[in-house]
Amino acid sequence: MTRRVVVTGLGATTPLGADVDSTWAALIAGKSGVHLLTEEWRDLLPVHFAARVHTEPADQMERVEMRRLDRSEQFALVASREAWKDAGSPDVDKERLGVVIASGIGGVITLLDQYDNLKEKGARGVSPHTVPMLMPNGPAANVGLELQAKAGVHTPVSACASGAEAIGYALEMIRTNRADIIVSGGVEAAIHQLPMAGFAAMKALSTRNDAPERASRPYDRDRDGFVLGEGGGILILEEYEHAKARGAKIYCELVGQGLSSDGYHIAAPDPDGAGVQRAIKFALANANLSTKDIVHLNAHATSTPAGDVAEANALRLALGSDIDRVAVSATKSMTGHLLGGAGAIESVFIVKALQERLAPPTINIENLDPAVTVDVVRDKARALPAGQIAALNDSFGFGGHNVVLAFATL
Amino acid sequence: MALSPADVLAGLKEIVEEVAGVSASTIELDKNFTDDLEVDSLSMVEVVVAAEERFGVKIPDEAVTDLVTVGDAVNFIVNAAK
Repeated sequence: MTRRVVVTGLGATTPLGADVDSTWAALIAGKSGVHLLTEEWRDLLPVHFAARVHTEPADQMERVEMRRLDRSEQFALVASREAWKDAGSPDVDKERLGVVIASGIGGVITLLDQYDNLKEKGARGVSPHTVPMLMPNGPAANVGLELQAKAGVHTPVSACASGAEAIGYALEMIRTNRADIIVSGGVEAAIHQLPMAGFAAMKALSTRNDAPERASRPYDRDRDGFVLGEGGGILILEEYEHAKARGAKIYCELVGQGLSSDGYHIAAPDPDGAGVQRAIKFALANANLSTKDIVHLNAHATSTPAGDVAEANALRLALGSDIDRVAVSATKSMTGHLLGGAGAIESVFIVKALQERLAPPTINIENLDPAVTVDVVRDKARALPAGQIAALNDSFGFGGHNVVLAFATL
Repeated sequence: MALSPADVLAGLKEIVEEVAGVSASTIELDKNFTDDLEVDSLSMVEVVVAAEERFGVKIPDEAVTDLVTVGDAVNFIVNAAK
């Protein structure tokens, strides 16, 4: 018999809020989390803004704990603690508890800071915590340690699809009976001059320095690139019978996932979106859903000229005329792009959307790109229908990774 | 330059408090770094590097394994500074 997987806890630290409730409130209100950077190094770059977390980890954890953790690990602990508490701090056999938390880039700020230490003070000046802080599996490992998780601690890495891939990996761990509860999601902390210079060199970032809060504008005719964000999102996934037996609050069901790869280009999207279409079809089949069941979709839509249209075209091809009944939200218009954290916070948003029956808005569309032929939720949140409904979360990463997650009300 | 045991203890208290978050008032000569003060092997490296900088001494890696208690460290540093 198939083991069903439900969501029983949520946690987040994002550019919009210190936790899930404050983030969701700002998201529904259509607020932007994008601001000018205050660091001097911004003047070295063509981009002077980013979406930093709303609340610094220093306000959410102890100083001594912080100094041994990379910023990405701090985000993971903050969001996991909220999610674990939200799930009722379940009393679970530790050998049936797992952690799957992704990051796209890992502890890049630690790596660069310690390189500065090395150059300045020599090898003796490099912190003994450097390696545990820079390793991409560090966020998952630290959460696993804190919760004493022993069913397995994992970190899939697939650039901007990493967070969604982690949640999909966790789904399979529970389905295949490796675990009963998984702390899953993704984090990213890469707002630093080097990664930003790298993205800028690719011409991937918006350079709208005169209006940062208007810079992330998926589907707008004049979009000019994504806005780098930071933070993370966590979902507590739990086997359905296990959740019922302990009387847990159940948000919704994670019903399936679809994975594919483009085989096209290291960074550019396949303009035909064939890989995205296959991932959507696989997700629907894996979830045992029909295209008619889908009422909401949180798009990857990062605000790059090529990516947004390629995705929208793929959605229409994969869902046919049923895409006209889908409320499509591009929440990166408010949060910026959290890279390895994106698929995770957007999964948190889908879970909230199903719970509240409300699709978040997409802000900053002044002139909808005529090439975008999906029903975008513009400016104001939109009510979702009553009854049993389902929603999809698209995530794609440099390298041609495609991950689609399917959630449904119980 | 000669250092007094009391000065070294006071300095070590500040370092251990900074590195491990242990309140300086609980750090005494007979306390075991690992068992009493939760200074793990990685944090011990931080304590040693900070102590070297602060007291202007060299604490070789092979000596660190013998520094079990705060008193061991105070004695080592006082002797090394003579």
